[in-house]
Amino acid sequence: MCSPTYYTIAYEINPWMSLKRQANHRLASQQWRRLYELLARRLKVRVQLLRPKPGVPDLVFTANAGLAAGRTFIRSNFRHPQRQREEPYIERYVQRAGLRLATLPRRFRFEGEGDALWTNGTLLFGFRFRSDAPAHEELARLLQARVLPVELADKRFYHLDTCFAPLDARTALWFPQAFDRYGRRVIEELVADPISVSEADAKRFVCNAIAVGRAIVLQEGFSTGVKRALTRRDFRLYPLDLSEFLKAGGSAKCLVLRLT
Amino acid sequence: MASEVVRVSGHIIDSLILPKILDEIMDLEGTFEILELSVGKRKTDPSLARLRVEASSPARLTMILHRLSRLGASPITLRDARLARATKAGVFPAAFYSTTNLPTEVRHRGTWRKVLNIEMDCGITVDRRTGRARCLPMAHVKTGAWIVCGAEGVRVLPLERTRRPEVFQFMASAVSSEKPKAQLIQRLAAELRAIRRRGQKILVVGGPAVIHTGSGPYLERLIKAGFVDVLFAGNGFATHDIESALYGTSLGVYLDRGTAAHDGHDHHMRAINTIRAVGGIRAAVRRRLLTKGVMHACITPQVPFVLAGSVRDARTLPDVITDTMQAQDAMRKHIPGVGLALMLASTLHAIATGNMLPATVKTVCVDINAAAVTKLSDRGTFQGIGIVSDTESFLRELVHALRL
Repeated sequence: MCSPTYYTIAYEINPWMSLKRQANHRLASQQWRRLYELLARRLKVRVQLLRPKPGVPDLVFTANAGLAAGRTFIRSNFRHPQRQREEPYIERYVQRAGLRLATLPRRFRFEGEGDALWTNGTLLFGFRFRSDAPAHEELARLLQARVLPVELADKRFYHLDTCFAPLDARTALWFPQAFDRYGRRVIEELVADPISVSEADAKRFVCNAIAVGRAIVLQEGFSTGVKRALTRRDFRLYPLDLSEFLKAGGSAKCLVLRLT
Repeated sequence: MASEVVRVSGHIIDSLILPKILDEIMDLEGTFEILELSVGKRKTDPSLARLRVEASSPARLTMILHRLSRLGASPITLRDARLARATKAGVFPAAFYSTTNLPTEVRHRGTWRKVLNIEMDCGITVDRRTGRARCLPMAHVKTGAWIVCGAEGVRVLPLERTRRPEVFQFMASAVSSEKPKAQLIQRLAAELRAIRRRGQKILVVGGPAVIHTGSGPYLERLIKAGFVDVLFAGNGFATHDIESALYGTSLGVYLDRGTAAHDGHDHHMRAINTIRAVGGIRAAVRRRLLTKGVMHACITPQVPFVLAGSVRDARTLPDVITDTMQAQDAMRKHIPGVGLALMLASTLHAIATGNMLPATVKTVCVDINAAAVTKLSDRGTFQGIGIVSDTESFLRELVHALRL
């Protein structure tokens, strides 16, 4: 994770961001702190911190930094120049952490875990708004795994992790309308028990959830339908208010990157 | 039609990327042909597909390609055609690209350029300054010319298939004498009218049998009615036509009676001698020595003709070009703009013309011998269609169908 010391809305690169709707810095820090404590204290997750840097406000969304696979870390090739400035800081972290750094050819945009999520041994790869479809072949080669590219269809859900969250080997939360019919079919084939969420829930970024074992950390205010569906499947819910980060188009999952 | 070959690879089957690409092409009114598809054996193996994408216009193709590039299918990155300098006049560089008669494009500085005056068995020269690419016969190679070498950066476009049934589709089957000729000739007449309406030229290649069989007057009528824009023939054709105009015989046989004229064997020699005496066919027409016949008809309404000689010509008319290379060049000058070529009872000149015609020119070959017709297509003029028929009855029917 990366503390939101320099987090602010400094540019508009997705439909959620508006320079007129600034994030409340104090509130954001408080919300992030609660997430950190929930993960590190209550759920006993070992959290490593990336040192925040001025001038790269979105560094707080570490999920987009890259994709970790064993001792290898595939660094993102950000689409927007504003976020490309994060790349050297991510690289420095990876080298200090003793991971093997891998990069994709510059011509392929790839935004890390934001667009690549493991489900049942297959990497699901969202493309169009941020990542490029041909990057999937390179990922498959590096990871020696099946990588299925799916096209994202709604620009409000510009990263795969904003509309799809694998919870365990069988289950995932998803917002089907964020995909086209081909993508929907691929996910329905891949995930045995997909839980669809309503548009209202999707807009609250309920799908941007973190799964730690049976514990699910997600934005509060979700519908009873989602609550019922998850508790019935023996998931424990940890709702949190992360509304200050939604102003930049992110929520729980965007704020963390899985390293192991 | 515009087309491009694209390649897409990766886990394109399970992710439905490939079916999606194919659907998108069709949704955007394009067509595709799968040139190659190799499917990964294991789940983690990538698959690969190579497709030819076709669209009705370059703009539409660009639109489709743009959409496909988002799905990860990109045009196969081609390099420019390799150019090498000719070091000796009349000689191509060793690795020169040898042309076909199909529409061809070469890639120069990243863009595809149409090869002008396409003709089979030639090379392609590119003007490095303007980027203009054109076909170049071997004999025309000048020292220092830039010649396309190797097949990379050269693409041959397949002929478009029209959706409307027309005579050339109707007759696309193998040459046979067992075809309903009246129907064919009706359709051919309609095609001739259409070609004329489109402002394209009609080329007639005639063999001496046109005259021997007495069909000269029909050809004369076609010329006078404006259905012939250029005529290619040999010494024999012109000689016997003039012989018939001067003496009423062809190879000494009276065309109206079919009987041999007394001492008629020398008529063609006397005809040649007469024309040589006045200096040429044009002069003979001007002096009113020649007042009828096909050659006369060509001169009075100014239909250009090229008479190309051959080694078997015993004596030649002054208008006959006896240098083969010069004759080819003279013929070549008339090829641009030709929409239909009608080859009548000619083997040598038909093949020579066929060699020069782009495959886009509709070609009809009429001969009583099926072998002459197949010979033409065997020499590469595959677009040609054959009518196995006596020239006289063919031309009579055609003139009738055109209501001349």
